[in-house]
Amino acid sequence: MDWWLILEWLIKSIVLVLVLLTGFAYLTLFERRVLAFMQARIGPNRAGPQGILQPIADAVKLIFKEELTPGQVVKAIFVLAPIVTVVPAVVIAAVIPWGPTVEMFGRTINLSIADIDLGILYIAATASIAVYGIVLAGWSSNNKYAMLGGLRSSAQVISYELTLALCFVLVTLLTGSMRAMDIVEAQRTMWFFFIQPVGGLIFLVATLAEVNRAPFDMPEAEQELTAGYHSEYAGMKFALFFMAEYIKMIAISAIAAMLFFGGYREFPFLQNTWFSVDQNWWLGPLYMFAKVLVLLFFMVWIRATLPRMRYDRLMAFGWKVMLPLSLALVFISALGIMLQMLWIIPILSIAVGLVFVGFINRSLTMKRR
Amino acid sequence: MTQIQEVSLDEIRHLVSDRAISGETMLLNMGPQHPSTHGVLRLLLELDGETVVNCIPDIGFLHTGIEKNMEAKTYQKAEVMTDRMDYMNTVGNNFTYSLAVEKLIGLDVPPRAQALRVILAELTRIQSHLVWLGTSALDVAAMSVFLYCFREREEVLHIMELVSGQRMMTTYIRPGGVWRDVPVEFEKAVRDFLKIIPQRIDEYEAMLTKNPLFLDRTLGIGPISAEDATNWGLTGATLRASGVNYDLRRFAPYSGYEQYDFDVPLRTEGDVYARYIVRMEEMRQSVRIIQQALDKLPLGPVRSNNHKFVPPPRSEIGTSMEALIHHFKLWTEGFSAPQGSVYVATESPRGELGCYLESDGGPKPYRVHFRTPSFDNLQVLPFLSKGFLVADLVAIVGSVDIVLGDIDR
Repeated sequence: MDWWLILEWLIKSIVLVLVLLTGFAYLTLFERRVLAFMQARIGPNRAGPQGILQPIADAVKLIFKEELTPGQVVKAIFVLAPIVTVVPAVVIAAVIPWGPTVEMFGRTINLSIADIDLGILYIAATASIAVYGIVLAGWSSNNKYAMLGGLRSSAQVISYELTLALCFVLVTLLTGSMRAMDIVEAQRTMWFFFIQPVGGLIFLVATLAEVNRAPFDMPEAEQELTAGYHSEYAGMKFALFFMAEYIKMIAISAIAAMLFFGGYREFPFLQNTWFSVDQNWWLGPLYMFAKVLVLLFFMVWIRATLPRMRYDRLMAFGWKVMLPLSLALVFISALGIMLQMLWIIPILSIAVGLVFVGFINRSLTMKRR
Repeated sequence: MTQIQEVSLDEIRHLVSDRAISGETMLLNMGPQHPSTHGVLRLLLELDGETVVNCIPDIGFLHTGIEKNMEAKTYQKAEVMTDRMDYMNTVGNNFTYSLAVEKLIGLDVPPRAQALRVILAELTRIQSHLVWLGTSALDVAAMSVFLYCFREREEVLHIMELVSGQRMMTTYIRPGGVWRDVPVEFEKAVRDFLKIIPQRIDEYEAMLTKNPLFLDRTLGIGPISAEDATNWGLTGATLRASGVNYDLRRFAPYSGYEQYDFDVPLRTEGDVYARYIVRMEEMRQSVRIIQQALDKLPLGPVRSNNHKFVPPPRSEIGTSMEALIHHFKLWTEGFSAPQGSVYVATESPRGELGCYLESDGGPKPYRVHFRTPSFDNLQVLPFLSKGFLVADLVAIVGSVDIVLGDIDR
């Protein structure tokens, strides 16, 4: 047994978990400050310079808050639900490569915890476990609002997982491999977003639904269901749900960056310069961080801009628009690869995307009359 | 062990359908502590899945006994209570009450005071519509609009503070005129506000009016026909969105509204979206009215000089015996109104706000009653929301624009 390998895994895991947990804390601050900036207000700026100690203050508050458990809840499931939600959110990040392979201390080190061959399948499988936590939380809380939140959440997942999976298929087709490292390296010359722009956009929309972010935050929907599935949770148990949502945001942004935006790779036109990851490996994590930050900014921006969708409309959108569209995109990609003409993929998929936009527009204008 | 409580449905059996009794549909309490019930409205919902089968509004959580309290106060002092009814339309409440008192005692109001009343009432209308827009946009989770609206509302509140020293509960409009003349900065403050608000309204419209998600949430939701709307006694924008051309400022003008040129926006669909469009347009019309009123704001006194009913100016009290007597009489026992009853209605931001006063000849009103638009508009909620989803119900409650202080009084 190679004890050094185990030590390496241990160090990488600890670093990743710490990065995710701190990332979660500062993502809340980032979101609040960005929202405040967009909404003509100031946001938290009292705790420490520019409010950088705010997450710590929040954490201390949540830890010391009273743990309330309402009567007649199914205690075991009630306690289990936040854990079931938060664990997959952290675990999912294990396959994401944060940088290229590095030679260090005479060893070859992968900058991802597990470089498994079925990386994408692992992501697809882990991502959907979290919804069990939400459904169970809603069901066990003995609260009608929570139950409605849980129901909405399951309906949402059914409508979106398929599209998400088909987006994974798109990337797998273009790469010819399900290994995360291969996907990133395949985007050395061209990001998949430019080959399959509509697929990238669909994936981003589906991820919003996956992490329950506005405009798809129906399970929480404070204007309708007060707080949805976590209505009855207080203190640290609530904090776990909160944590799960934000860690998932980070993880899913990293996955989106990996699948469609070149992962830790530089821009294709910087390939043979000093800025290339091939020449300076430590640029990899920085590029990844920058890409994740941009995607997170978009999520916050969308939250500040868009009203929430109704949940039946969301299901209709998932089944009637997203699923056929992603199927069409898979077909187009397969066609382009078979004919060995990659350039027809963006053209055809944009055309199909525009057709769908036209359909949505027509159905809305018909409703108006 | 926790104790299982038997919940009996007997008390509400007549309100819900049989399916609720058998457990086929779910009864859900929405409110009084709920973020989207605009205060302390309680809705008892009977849900089939998420579809509203039955919606039973339960009011009275904000009951303050204002009407009863007013019977124990002289006409001048009772006015202070009217501010607290519809806290989004404080000036309008004072306005209606003052008009009623003036009608009861036959008091004339100088033209400058009339114009000032119109300006402030229209500013309040804009302010109220801004709050409505913000909160009802927040109901469909467009949260930024809410904060933008409150930014502009702040400007109106600054103007209110400028003229009366109070941001919300101004009690600025009094029987016989207004409290005192506006300060010199008033005109500039209002003109500055008028300069920014039209483009800000365009900004809100840019965020919502053509937004597909907003259209999806509002088009065809909670529709009501013109006939139904009239039969349910709806007034205000909720009625005009159904195509009934009824605006008291136009059809029973008061306080010189007939001199101003403005349109009454109308839609025919009667759904949430139509109400939104009508209110947005009303804000623009209010801007027009203020502009005209400000342009031809006459000079002169702002209070009637009938000192039997209106206190004399402070400067006269030191020099005139008469003034001192009037002052003393008015602030100790008040003035006595002739016997009789009056009803005066104005167009509040929410609809027809009526004030009914009954006098027995004494210095205190014998009976005060307000016909508040929120109360009458709320009763249509079960009719509007039947068959829609919980998410739509929230949008419908927002679109009807209720203020609970106005309902419970």
